[in-house]
Amino acid sequence: MNAPEPTPLIELHGLTKTYGLGDAAFQALKGIDLTIQRGEFVAIMGPSGSGKSTLMNVLGCLDTPTAGSYHYQGIAVEALDTNERSLLRRYALGFVFQGFNLLARTSSLDNAELPLLYRGVSRKDRHEKAMAALTSVGLPTKLRSTPAELSGGQQQRVAIARAIVTEPSTLFADEPTGNLDSVTTRDIMELLTRLNQDRGITVLVVTHDDDVAASARRTVLIKDGLVESDLVRS
Amino acid sequence: MIWNALTIAVREIGRNLTRAFLTVLGIFIGVAAIITMVTLGQGATLAVKAQISNLGNNLLTLRPGAGFGFRSAASGVPNFTEKDAEIVGEQIAGIAAIAPVRTASLSTIYLNNARSTSVTGTTPVYFQINKWNLAEGRFFTDADLRAGAAVCVIGNTVRKELFGGDNPIGAKIRIGKASCEVIGLLVAKGQAGMGDQDDTIIMPLSALQRRLIGKTSSHDISQISISAQDGVDSSALITEITSLMRQRRNLQKNQDNNFNIFDTRQIAETLGSTTQLMTMLLAAVAGVSLLVGGIGIMNIMLVSVTERTREIGIRLAIGATASEVLLQFLVEAVTLSCVGGLVGIFLAFGLCAGLAQIIQVPFNFNLQINIVAFLFSAAVGVLFGYTPARRAARLNPIDALRHE
Repeated sequence: MNAPEPTPLIELHGLTKTYGLGDAAFQALKGIDLTIQRGEFVAIMGPSGSGKSTLMNVLGCLDTPTAGSYHYQGIAVEALDTNERSLLRRYALGFVFQGFNLLARTSSLDNAELPLLYRGVSRKDRHEKAMAALTSVGLPTKLRSTPAELSGGQQQRVAIARAIVTEPSTLFADEPTGNLDSVTTRDIMELLTRLNQDRGITVLVVTHDDDVAASARRTVLIKDGLVESDLVRS
Repeated sequence: MIWNALTIAVREIGRNLTRAFLTVLGIFIGVAAIITMVTLGQGATLAVKAQISNLGNNLLTLRPGAGFGFRSAASGVPNFTEKDAEIVGEQIAGIAAIAPVRTASLSTIYLNNARSTSVTGTTPVYFQINKWNLAEGRFFTDADLRAGAAVCVIGNTVRKELFGGDNPIGAKIRIGKASCEVIGLLVAKGQAGMGDQDDTIIMPLSALQRRLIGKTSSHDISQISISAQDGVDSSALITEITSLMRQRRNLQKNQDNNFNIFDTRQIAETLGSTTQLMTMLLAAVAGVSLLVGGIGIMNIMLVSVTERTREIGIRLAIGATASEVLLQFLVEAVTLSCVGGLVGIFLAFGLCAGLAQIIQVPFNFNLQINIVAFLFSAAVGVLFGYTPARRAARLNPIDALRHE
């Protein structure tokens, strides 16, 4: 086939991130080159302090790079202002965090429909989509429970429901199973795999757990702020 | 966007009722305190001013004795005579009216009711000097005075105690050993600094001297009431009267005055400045309570900064813009501050109405202080609710999320 190469979903060139100034400056990312295509399931691995979480935050527009270029679907992200980055997150990205980051004292349903509120979706549609998202993560019965009333695995399911309720093109998961036991870890990873395979959502998982990385077809190893290896399982 | 922010803000308030309650509490205590104190302070000032004007303007009172109070009755100090009053009235310029006054505490009886009352014998001009008004009947006249008629005008307390609901006009009451017809009832003046002014019976001086007091000192009088003409400097008047009286009482240069002159204007000025001081003090106390309320609000807001910064991080991460988050926080702060301010105004209204009754001061709703207190505390609430949020919303989402 001679079809033109499609625009990559994510394209990084010489991406660096430096914290602090002067002598105290610390370079977390020293020049990352990386290309990720639509529909991939990528595990980003590396020891603590390697810069993998920083990379993830920059990719997710939660943090800004110091230098280098970052294109998301051909858009130069480093040129976007704060507002535009917010809108990119709102319409294209979903997040799952190690610490869940659900709103306290807020029901599963309200947490799951929160991103839709900022999209200006009507009350009825919000409710239906949040219900559907919670059902797809296997939590159709805990709608009224607040995070404090849920187990860690259940909280992470609510967080995943919140991330996918907007049908994002990319789902970023930073140590999504870091606070969970091994059984729950397997459930959550199966869930992420299903989202990748059934809905075509591109999934990026930051982890240092080999079992978690095993769910991914591609593993990018980061070490000292640089890409050490980039392996695709056949 | 506004509607969205409103929805989110109302939800967020509902989820944190304790925090909302404490914020509202801080605001409404501040508002209620400042409104109540200033309103009551002004009521008290008004009450004092009203009492002072009841005492009579430019009123000088001459009494034997060196000072006020009990010492004025000190033994060995000669009383004034009617002649003294006459001479002062003739020789001193700037006097509008002068009345000799003799008082005695006597038992009064009407039917089965008896009590002891201060009885004042004087001349008709006394009513004008002391600003007494008639509620019913008439004052006694110069003719009554010349005739030494057994007539009297009574104060409201005397009417209540002796007559109850009966009409006192025309009734005969027994004062000391004589019978006396009530011809007038005075309009009540109320309590003043020096006791119940309405517990009084006023009759012609001649009648008091001839009928009620023994012959020995019947021409003595116990005080002289003088009203100065408008615009006359009372201190100059006092100096003149003092030198005249020293002369009439044969005092040598090295002797102290054995009489004193009581000037209501001085008293009025003293009382006036005292109440002004009190109002300022109350305003200061109220200011402190507003400050305390403000610090309370600030505390609640600062305590929740960590939680709220994370909340802001979450909202930013899932795609809220900084301005949307700020609008939400602004709506929250304004809502809570307004609720607190309104509750405070209602509470203050109730408190003022109730306390004004209890401490017997007039209650005037002061719109100005209500507005000032409301705006100030609303500003405090909005400032402390909004400022930390603004700082948080400027952070990178990841920094807000990681806030410890």
